Amino acid sequence: MKIPAFAVHEQALKMRAERNEVLSSNIANADTPNYKARDLDFASALKSVQGGALPMKTTSALHSQPANFMSTGAELKFRIPMQPTLDGNTVETDVEQAAFAENAVQYRASLTFLNGSISGLRYAIKGGD
Amino acid sequence: MSLFKVFDVAGSAMNAQSVRLNVTASNLANAGSVSGDPNKVYRAKQPIFATFNDALVAQTGVTGVRLTGITESTAPLNVQYRPDHPDADADGNVYVSNVSTVEEMVNMMSASRSYQNNVEMINTTRDMLLQTLALGRQG
Repeated sequence: MKIPAFAVHEQALKMRAERNEVLSSNIANADTPNYKARDLDFASALKSVQGGALPMKTTSALHSQPANFMSTGAELKFRIPMQPTLDGNTVETDVEQAAFAENAVQYRASLTFLNGSISGLRYAIKGGD
Repeated sequence: MSLFKVFDVAGSAMNAQSVRLNVTASNLANAGSVSGDPNKVYRAKQPIFATFNDALVAQTGVTGVRLTGITESTAPLNVQYRPDHPDADADGNVYVSNVSTVEEMVNMMSASRSYQNNVEMINTTRDMLLQTLALGRQG
């Protein structure tokens, strides 16, 4: 059963978790030569999930999906660095840390909204008890 | 649950950074070492970092850090004319290791900062996971 009250936050939570992973990979590879930092375009990814535009429609289980789409259909993009580096690494630790912190807070916000929905439902089930 | 991968990613990065810290310690400890034979002198070592699987990285954007090896610096050795030195060669020269202490101190700070970043990442993600586990508990 899909509970409408959860819909957006459920997707958002999933995407925040994936973005958390991508950002953690960026921070972990801050010293790896030629590593290119990536990020999820959250707004457009959430919009596409809501619109149901992704992933591609298939008529057989053997049909492949575009490689760049993750399980939630979010698209990965390369980060444009503000300053060039000699070793070809495009991770800017401060930018990534800011994005990571922001993403963690947003994840918690989604959790809070979900908790609110759950306690609302519980309230209704118990008849206001 | 995809959040669990963060522990692997950050763990591998911490591992790589601790090797880097170890190598730096070795370099600093041998900074002033001297030999009469240029082939036996200690040369500054550096670890090489790489990502795990390039095809997988392209697909998911998530990868840990892997060590591909340790290189030795090819910077010229410091030759000193010290005929009184017990290790001096026939010409009275000794060779001092090419470790640059300034570079190594910078390396040390960079490695320890990166290590701390990864620890923080694990802490944050762990909190997020614990909060997810507690979903729907309260109220």
